[in-house]
Amino acid sequence: MAFPHRPDAPELPDFSMLKRLARDQLIYLLEQLPGKKDLFIEADLMSPLDRIANVSILKQHEVDKLYKVENKPALSSNEQLCFLVRPRIKNMRYIASLVNADKLAGRTRKYKVIFSPQKFYACEMVLEEEGIYGDVSCDEWAFSLLPLDVDLLSMELPEFFRDYFLEGDQRWINTVAQALHLLSTLYGPFPNCYGIGRCAKMAYELWRNLEEEEDGETKGRRPEIGHIFLLDRGISVSDVDFVTALCSQVVYEGLVDDTFRIKCGSVDFGPEVTSSDKSLKVLLNAEDKVFNEIRNEHFSNVFGFLSQKARNLQAQYDRRRGMDIKQMKNFVSQELKGLKQEHRLLSLHIGACESIMKKKTKQDFQELIKTEHALLEGFNIRESTSYIEEHIDRQVSPIESLRLMCLLSITENGLIPKDYRSLKTQYLQSYGPEHLLTFSNLRRAGLLTEQAPGDTLTAVESKVSKLVTDKAAGKITDAFSSLAKRSNFRAISKKLNLIPRVDGEYDLKVPRDMAYVFGGAYVPLSCRIIEQVLERRSWQGLDEVVRLLNCSDFAFTDMTKEDKASSESLRLILVVFLGGCTFSEISALRFLGREKGYRFIFLTTAVTNSARLMEAMSEVKA
Amino acid sequence: MNRTKGDEEEYWNSSKFKAFTFDDEDDELSQLKESKRAVNSLRDFVDDDDDDDLERVSWSGEPVGSISWSIRETAGNSGSTHEGREQLKSRNSFSSYAQLPKPTSTYSLSSFFRGRTRPGSFQSLSDALSDTPAKSYAPELGRPKGEYRDYSNDWSPSDTVRRLRKGKVCSLERFRSLQDKLQLLEEAVSMHDGNVITAVLIFLKRTLSKEILFRELEVRQVALRHLIHFLKEIGDQKLLLDLFRFLDRTEELALSHYREHLNIQDPDKRKEFLKTCVGLPFSAEDSAHIQDHYTLLERQIIIEGTFSSPVNLKKTFKIPDKQYVLTALAARAKLRAWNDVDALFTTKNWLGYTKKRAPIGFHRVVEILHKNNAPVQILQEYVNLVEDVDTKLNLATKFKCHDVVIDTYRDLKDRQQLLAYRSKVDKGSAEEEKIDALLSSSQIRWKN
Repeated sequence: MAFPHRPDAPELPDFSMLKRLARDQLIYLLEQLPGKKDLFIEADLMSPLDRIANVSILKQHEVDKLYKVENKPALSSNEQLCFLVRPRIKNMRYIASLVNADKLAGRTRKYKVIFSPQKFYACEMVLEEEGIYGDVSCDEWAFSLLPLDVDLLSMELPEFFRDYFLEGDQRWINTVAQALHLLSTLYGPFPNCYGIGRCAKMAYELWRNLEEEEDGETKGRRPEIGHIFLLDRGISVSDVDFVTALCSQVVYEGLVDDTFRIKCGSVDFGPEVTSSDKSLKVLLNAEDKVFNEIRNEHFSNVFGFLSQKARNLQAQYDRRRGMDIKQMKNFVSQELKGLKQEHRLLSLHIGACESIMKKKTKQDFQELIKTEHALLEGFNIRESTSYIEEHIDRQVSPIESLRLMCLLSITENGLIPKDYRSLKTQYLQSYGPEHLLTFSNLRRAGLLTEQAPGDTLTAVESKVSKLVTDKAAGKITDAFSSLAKRSNFRAISKKLNLIPRVDGEYDLKVPRDMAYVFGGAYVPLSCRIIEQVLERRSWQGLDEVVRLLNCSDFAFTDMTKEDKASSESLRLILVVFLGGCTFSEISALRFLGREKGYRFIFLTTAVTNSARLMEAMSEVKA
Repeated sequence: MNRTKGDEEEYWNSSKFKAFTFDDEDDELSQLKESKRAVNSLRDFVDDDDDDDLERVSWSGEPVGSISWSIRETAGNSGSTHEGREQLKSRNSFSSYAQLPKPTSTYSLSSFFRGRTRPGSFQSLSDALSDTPAKSYAPELGRPKGEYRDYSNDWSPSDTVRRLRKGKVCSLERFRSLQDKLQLLEEAVSMHDGNVITAVLIFLKRTLSKEILFRELEVRQVALRHLIHFLKEIGDQKLLLDLFRFLDRTEELALSHYREHLNIQDPDKRKEFLKTCVGLPFSAEDSAHIQDHYTLLERQIIIEGTFSSPVNLKKTFKIPDKQYVLTALAARAKLRAWNDVDALFTTKNWLGYTKKRAPIGFHRVVEILHKNNAPVQILQEYVNLVEDVDTKLNLATKFKCHDVVIDTYRDLKDRQQLLAYRSKVDKGSAEEEKIDALLSSSQIRWKN
C-alpha cells in the first residue's frame, strides 16, 4: 500500500523559495505606495495570496482594509487605493468607474494597480480610453509560480485553457516563458528539453529567446533538474489528448477533486464529511500523512487502507493501558499529539470517502464508468449513445452530459450527423437553447464535432487550401484543421497500447502500469508519450505517433552536454502542462517515477478536470 | 471508551477487507461505517482544546491568517450586518492581527535581488537602465516603468516588438507606411507573444481603415484570431460584426449577434431581441433552435402562471417521446402525483381498452420512481409491468417488493427459491404468512 519511493529516488528541489520571492515582491510593491492604503483584491487572487502571505504581513505594510473587487461601488474612505488584479478588461472598467466617480465628486486620491502576473496592453488601452491613464500608477507582480505541494507548481491561470485552445489568443505564452526563465535562474539550466504541441513549441522558443537575451546568468550553474518536458493539454491540432481530461477520475485525489473541487491546494469539506455542523477547509498535500498515503491509490484500495490505519491507531492508543505513571507521562508528552493529529486526519478522510461513496452510488457511477470504458474501447457505440441520450433527457447534469458527448465525439472522430442533431436538440431542450453557443465553441475547439459527409468536408478543405496557398496565410487555423485533418484516437491508442489487454481481472492493488488510474482501462496519452520519449531520450521511432497526432512540426528535443549534470539531477523531470493537467495524470507519472527511479515535478497552468474543461467552454448568462 | 477491549478485538478480527468493486457498495459502506465508528469511539479520549489544528496544517509549516476570511469580514462590516459585527468582535479581527506571529523570515529575498536594503530605496536612472544580471530574478523590481522612457525613434521592427514584450513603453507612431505596419505585425506574430500581437493590432486598428485592416488580417490567421478575441473582450460588437461580414463568416456573425441576448435582463426586451435573430444566417438546424427559443419566450410571457398543457408543448417543440416521458415522469414523481404517472403510461386502443406502455422500458421507470422515493405499493405496480422475468425479480428483490417476488416464484413454481426468500422477510409479517400459505398449498405443482 502507498508505494514508497525507491531508496535511490532523487531529492526534490526546495520550491518554498518561490513563495518567499513572491511575498517579498509584493511587499516591495506595497511599499511603493507609502502610507495607509486600502487594498482591493480580485477574487481569483485571494486563494493564491493566502498561500504566501497573511493579513499581518499586509498590515505591517500599511494595508488598512481589504476589499474584494466586485461590481459594487467602493465604500472605502481611504486616501490611497491599491488594486491587486488579473489583467482583465472588466477590472479596468471597474477601476475606471471608481476613479471617475471620485473625479466627479471632486475628490483626489492616489491609485495604484498591481497586475498579476503581468499587465496587458489591452488593459492600458482601456485605462487610456476611460481617461484615467496617468491618474493611476501601474505595476506588475510577477507571481506566476505557486508551489501547491512539494512536487506541484501551479500558475493558477485556468483561463489559459479557454484563451488559447478556444480563442487562439497567445497572451499567456510569454508568462509561461518568464516562469520557465525564473526556474532556470533559480535551479540551473535544463540539459534536456523535449516538447510536443504547437503551444509548447512557441513557449519553448520564446523562453529560449529570453535566455539568449539575458545570456550568462545560467551559464556555469549546475543543473538541479535534468529534464524538462513541455506539452499542450489538447496536444495541439490533434485534440485526442482531451480524452484523458474527460474521463471520470478514480484515484483518490482526482476523485476528491471531481467531487469536492480542490481549489488552490485546499478543499472545503462540508458538514457531511466532518460529521459536525461546520465546514472545514483542509490543505491537501504531502504534509497530510494520511492523505499522502492514499492520494495516488485507486479508490477501491482506500477503504482497506483506512481500516488498517484505524486498527493501528487503536492499537497505539491501547498501549496506554497497563502503563505506569512514567510511561504514561512519556506517552502523553511525546506520542499523543501525533496520534491525535493522525486521528483527526483519519476521521476526515473516512468521512470524505463515505460522502464520495454516497454521491457516486446515487448517480449510478458503475454504469457511467462502464459507458466510459465502452467508449474508450469502441464497442457498443449505440448503447453508449442511448445512455448519453437518457442522461440528457433526465437532465442529470448539463456539464456531465456535455462531457460524455465530447468523449463520444473524440473517440469516434465526430458524431454521425443524425446523432449529432438529435443529441444537440435534446440537449438544448433539456438545458436551455442558449447552449447552442456552447456547441459552437466545442466545435471550434474540436471537442464536439459532427462527422462531415463527403461534400461538406471538401468544401471546407477547398476554402482552407485557398487560404493556405497564399503564402502569408501560413498555418491553417486550428478550427479548420480539426475538421480537415482528423486525428484518429483508435489508431493512436493502438499504436501506443493505451488500452492494455488484460487477462482476467486487473489487479488494482498491485498496478502493473499507469492504466490503474482509470481502473486498468486506459493509460493517459500524455503520460505514455512522456514515458516513451524519456526511454529513448528523443522522438526517434515515434514518427508514426507524431504523425497521427498531427504534430510533425511541433515535436522537438534539445540536448546540451550533460557533463555538469549529476546522475541524481538526471532522474528529476519537470513536466510542463500548457492548458492544465489532472490529478490522474499526476498520479500516473508518480507511479512511473517509482517504477523507473525518476521523480517528476509538475508545472501546470492550472489543475483541471472534466468539469472545469466543460465549464470553460460553456456560454451561459453572466 | 464505551467498548471493551474484547469487543474491539472481536470486531477487528471478524472484519475481512476485500477488494472493492463499485457494485457491492453496501458491503463497502458498512465496512467504512465500522471504521468510522471505531475512529469516533476514540473521540472522547482525543477531543479537547486544539480543535482547529487542521486548519493550520501547511506543508511549509507557516501559519496562515486567511486573507479571504478577512475580506469577508470587511464586507460584513461595511454591510453592517449584526451577525457580521458580532463575528468581528468575537474573533477580534483587525486590531488583533498584529499579535499574529510575524513572518518567519526577516531576511528579504527582494532586497538581495536589488542588492540593497529594503525600505523605499530609490534607484538612479542609470542604475535602472544598466542590465545587471541580478535583475532578471524580478525584472521589474526597482524600476517603476513610467519613470523612464525611451524616446529613440529608430528601433527596428524586431527591436520594437522585443521592447514591447518586456513591457517597456515604446512608440509605434513611426510605423506609418502599410509595409512598415505589416512588418511590425509579422515580427510580433513570429515572436509568439499574444500580448504584443494585440498591442500592434490596437495600433493598426487606430491607424488603418477597417477595410484595409480586415483585408490584411484575412491572410494572417494568427493575428486575426487575436483581433477577434480582443474585440469580443472590449465589447466592440459593431466592429466584430463588420469583420465577420467582411470575412463572409455568416454563421459566426449570426451567433455573435445572438450571444448579446444573454446580457438582456428584461424578458420583453429579450423576446424582442430574439425576434431580430430569427432571420439571421444560422445553419439550418440552428435556425430552428432560434425559432424555438423565440417561441418559447413568447409563450412564457403569454402563459405566465396559467396552465399550459405539457402535451401541447411537446407538440410545438417536437420533443421526442423518450425525452418527454423522462421529464414528465421525474416531474410528477417529485410531486408524488402518482395518478399522473399512471396516466403517462396508459394508452387506449381503438376499442377503448387501456394498456400500459413505456417508451423507456418499465425497468427504467421503476428506477426513476425509486430515486424519487416512491412508496413500495407504487413501485410494485410498475415492477409487475417489467416483461423480462429475471429483470423483474432483480428489481423486486432490490426494492423489496415482496409481493411481486412471491407471486413470481409461485408462477414459476419454484419452491426452493420461495423457501429461500422466506428468510429474507420479517418474522411474523404478512409476507411470511403468505409464503407459508403457498408452501403448504396442495394446489400448486412445484417443479422442485
